[in-house]
Amino acid sequence: MIPKKDNERSKLLTRRALLVGGGQAVALTALAGRMYYLQVVESDRYKVLADENRINLRLIAPPRGRIVDRFGTALAVNRQNYRVVLVAEQAGDIPTTLDALGQIIALSDSDRRRVMRDIRRKHPFVPVVVRANLSWDEVARVEVNNLELPGVTIEEGMTRFYPYGETASHILGYVAAVSEKELTGDPLLELPDFRIGKNGVEKFHDLKLRGKAGTSQIEVNAFGRVVREIRREEGKSGQEIVLTLDMALQEFAYRRCLAEQSASCVLLDAPTGEVLALVSSPGYDPSAFSNGLTAQLWRELTTNPRGPLNNKAISGAYAPGSTFKPMVALAALEAGIVPTARVSCPGHFELGNTSFHCWKKGGHGSVDMRDALKKSCDVYFYEMGRRLGIDRIAAVAKRFGLGHKLDFDVPGERPGLIPTRDWKLGATGIAWQHGETISASIGQSYVLATPLQLATMAARLVTGRAVEPRITRERGLMTGTGNFDKDAPEFSSLNLPPKDLKLVLEGMTAVVNEPGGTAYGARITDPAMAMGGKSGTSQVRRISQAEREHGLRKIKDVPWKERDHALFISFAPVSNPRYVCAAVVEHGGESAGGGSAVAAPICRDVLREAQKRDPARRIPPAGEYVAELPSEKKTG
Amino acid sequence: MSIRVATLDFARPELTIGDKVWSLNWGLILLLLAIASFGFAALYSAAGGSFQPWAGKQMIRFGISLGLMIAVSLVHIRIWMKLAYVVYGIAFVLLVAVEVRGMIGMGAQRWIDLGIIQLQPSELMKVAAVLVLARYFHALTIEEIGRPLRLVYPALLVLLPAAMVMKQPDLGTAMMLVLCGGILFFMAGVRLWKFGLVIAFVGAGLPLLWRHMRDYQRNRILTFLNPENDPLGAGYHILQSKIALGSGGLFGKGFLQGTQSHLNFLPEKQTDFIFTMMTEEIGLIGGLCVLALYTLVFVYGFAIAFRCRNHFGRLLGLGITVNFFLYVFINTGMVMGLLPVVGVPLPLISYGGTAMLTVMFGFGLLMSVYIHRDVRIGRFGDSDG
Repeated sequence: MIPKKDNERSKLLTRRALLVGGGQAVALTALAGRMYYLQVVESDRYKVLADENRINLRLIAPPRGRIVDRFGTALAVNRQNYRVVLVAEQAGDIPTTLDALGQIIALSDSDRRRVMRDIRRKHPFVPVVVRANLSWDEVARVEVNNLELPGVTIEEGMTRFYPYGETASHILGYVAAVSEKELTGDPLLELPDFRIGKNGVEKFHDLKLRGKAGTSQIEVNAFGRVVREIRREEGKSGQEIVLTLDMALQEFAYRRCLAEQSASCVLLDAPTGEVLALVSSPGYDPSAFSNGLTAQLWRELTTNPRGPLNNKAISGAYAPGSTFKPMVALAALEAGIVPTARVSCPGHFELGNTSFHCWKKGGHGSVDMRDALKKSCDVYFYEMGRRLGIDRIAAVAKRFGLGHKLDFDVPGERPGLIPTRDWKLGATGIAWQHGETISASIGQSYVLATPLQLATMAARLVTGRAVEPRITRERGLMTGTGNFDKDAPEFSSLNLPPKDLKLVLEGMTAVVNEPGGTAYGARITDPAMAMGGKSGTSQVRRISQAEREHGLRKIKDVPWKERDHALFISFAPVSNPRYVCAAVVEHGGESAGGGSAVAAPICRDVLREAQKRDPARRIPPAGEYVAELPSEKKTG
Repeated sequence: MSIRVATLDFARPELTIGDKVWSLNWGLILLLLAIASFGFAALYSAAGGSFQPWAGKQMIRFGISLGLMIAVSLVHIRIWMKLAYVVYGIAFVLLVAVEVRGMIGMGAQRWIDLGIIQLQPSELMKVAAVLVLARYFHALTIEEIGRPLRLVYPALLVLLPAAMVMKQPDLGTAMMLVLCGGILFFMAGVRLWKFGLVIAFVGAGLPLLWRHMRDYQRNRILTFLNPENDPLGAGYHILQSKIALGSGGLFGKGFLQGTQSHLNFLPEKQTDFIFTMMTEEIGLIGGLCVLALYTLVFVYGFAIAFRCRNHFGRLLGLGITVNFFLYVFINTGMVMGLLPVVGVPLPLISYGGTAMLTVMFGFGLLMSVYIHRDVRIGRFGDSDG
């Protein structure tokens, strides 16, 4: 019957329900087991993962080290930079807030468009920069109107600033944002605001200047919003770099060089090799690079024929012209040629059927070595070159620092070139020609030198030692009184007979201080400060036979780019030389003897100022800093 | 089927309202309150220690649902039996309505806005299907159950809505419907070999189906089977859930101290992943307590079903309990990485109106079974047996 059937049915139901219940019990046990596995067995692993999830290590960029001159004058500093930022989620209606902000500080339409675009792209809690580089006045105005500007705050940042602008631009270099190629895996480099040295001392000493990053452990949520700071470890700011420069002299030399279109000048403290001034004009303002250069400025800098980005003092390689003659003279003395032996200069020199001309059309008559240096007689040195051969000249020149890099501590140095027979065969496959020795002995043909090399050569001439130019002052700031040369580097001797050097220096003294010397017009009249030197002209184009016959073109008819370079090397005081200076004026030559006309006056002014300040032996009292240009303009 | 309302005999004094209230299963109500309270605390924590926006609302919903549950439990079991098809019909029509609205371009939606709550017909369908299957199997003799043709109709009652829910697409709910239906079939006495046959058929058909699927459909299924394939989508959810749960440890990080959920690493912390956020804070001990409370509810459900003297009540009670179990098992299994991530809420705890309402409606029916446990119901709904 039905009850019976019902009974059977319900028994079946009960059985099966119990089976289901058993299944559920198994499932629940599995759940509990899984929970035990996750929360007890694997718990430590998940705890680590959880911490990684929420704790974010943030780097705090360390302040970049300062760069100062030998007396501590700041040349590169970090300047507080204020920017106004907007946090979208706190700002309410953004256009209204921007309108209100626009009433207080100048906001361009493009600023506004960029802000609106950034806000759309970023999380609403990420601050968006509205305007950077606020003046102090603008900062104050924004702070005062704080209440009407919801979500608007002032943020502080650091920008690299160079108080002397373009004056030392080529030495200091500049900093800029890290490029893709420069990433080394150091997370510091990946910070959006981080800048690294791209040129000059900023680049050479970048690792020291950078310092050590601090860290901040912050708790973030899944969207990256900072919830709180857990731990903070302050970084170490970058090391301060002391340069050998005397900024007053640097400024003086730079302004002096600006009188020419494109010039460079190197002033060394000869015994120590310390660079007191190193100028390449025109310069550029390195601060402009710190926050990114505008495309227009970049175009202007790169297309300027005067090459403002180029450090001509170390990467300009010029034929040294007659400034090379002291090398030939020393090589001749070393080869045993008697300095008093006379050579007759008829104004030209014949080798085979080639004629080489002296710069003085009528010739110098009979000259000895001293006269030849003083008057810069080409024929005398042609004859020396013919007797010596190129390799003996090259050997002396290389001892004086020419033809190779000087391991200078500013990047971009060029090696110049001192040719030898082997070099030419190796480089061109053609044997050395005798005529090339003749040209090389007056510093033409293949011979190339940088202004820094010329200054180094002068320093080695006056000291007889293998002086190495340096711009980083390892000894630190000049302090105290008395013997400032105490910890100066000791350079090895060049092993040249002192009388040979003395003779060459005497010839160079005559160049400037005796009537008939090529640079007599640029002498220093105070006998205690008198300088010696050697002029040079570096031919940019060949003088054709036709020009020789029809007379040289007037200088004003020659395009600037085709004019000769004017060079001068010098030392002072002649009695006991301490400072050496080399100057090169690009395309500053006015036919032959150009070096004495435009480059020698630069050396004169710089050396006079150097001796007045005497930065190698004296700490200038406060207030003496600003150097002034000499009232007299360049002579000649 | 016509509903013979006229034959309902209200006059017959089986039980008075007072008797019924007195015989309400207070222990079960207390259990439900305890579970819901865990939910309130979790939602309070999920909002960072605030009743806004979830915990407060959830408490009000629970209060309303509790009222509904008691009201449902006081209605005579026989009336529920008669209303089974009506309830099912309403749920089905609503499901179709949602589907049609999606088709005529108002966007895919799973819910209908009723003003007070947004009703998900698929949730309602879970209870309606149990009700209608209990009603159907109640009327079958053991011989009739043996006849395969008799099973086609109830199978359609389950598979049709399941297919529609699947199309929404709401895999979790569809899965629950089919599983719950299948278990009811099993408990009703359908032979095991028939299940084997169906499973074999489906198994054989799968490769055929696979071959006819488009690439994107296959990808969807692959991701479903192995969420690690999609580390930023479903894989991210399950990984973050495991991290939060695992880092909670034995005793948890403390109430309101859960880092992963408060820092928003944990997705859907107030709905599907609420169990994770709770156990991050209250640890293994607390999590097991919650599971124990649920287990007590299952035991209660089974006890009520066994205690009932009519077949409909037994089936209904078991069906409701199994359904409730499936909610808990699928949800917790999912957040622990045991089951694929499908959208199934943790009943009584997850934030959400419809699930709360339907679950409490189910418990109302369960209590109605308890209150009317001694009522005898004939095969066709008549009062004597």
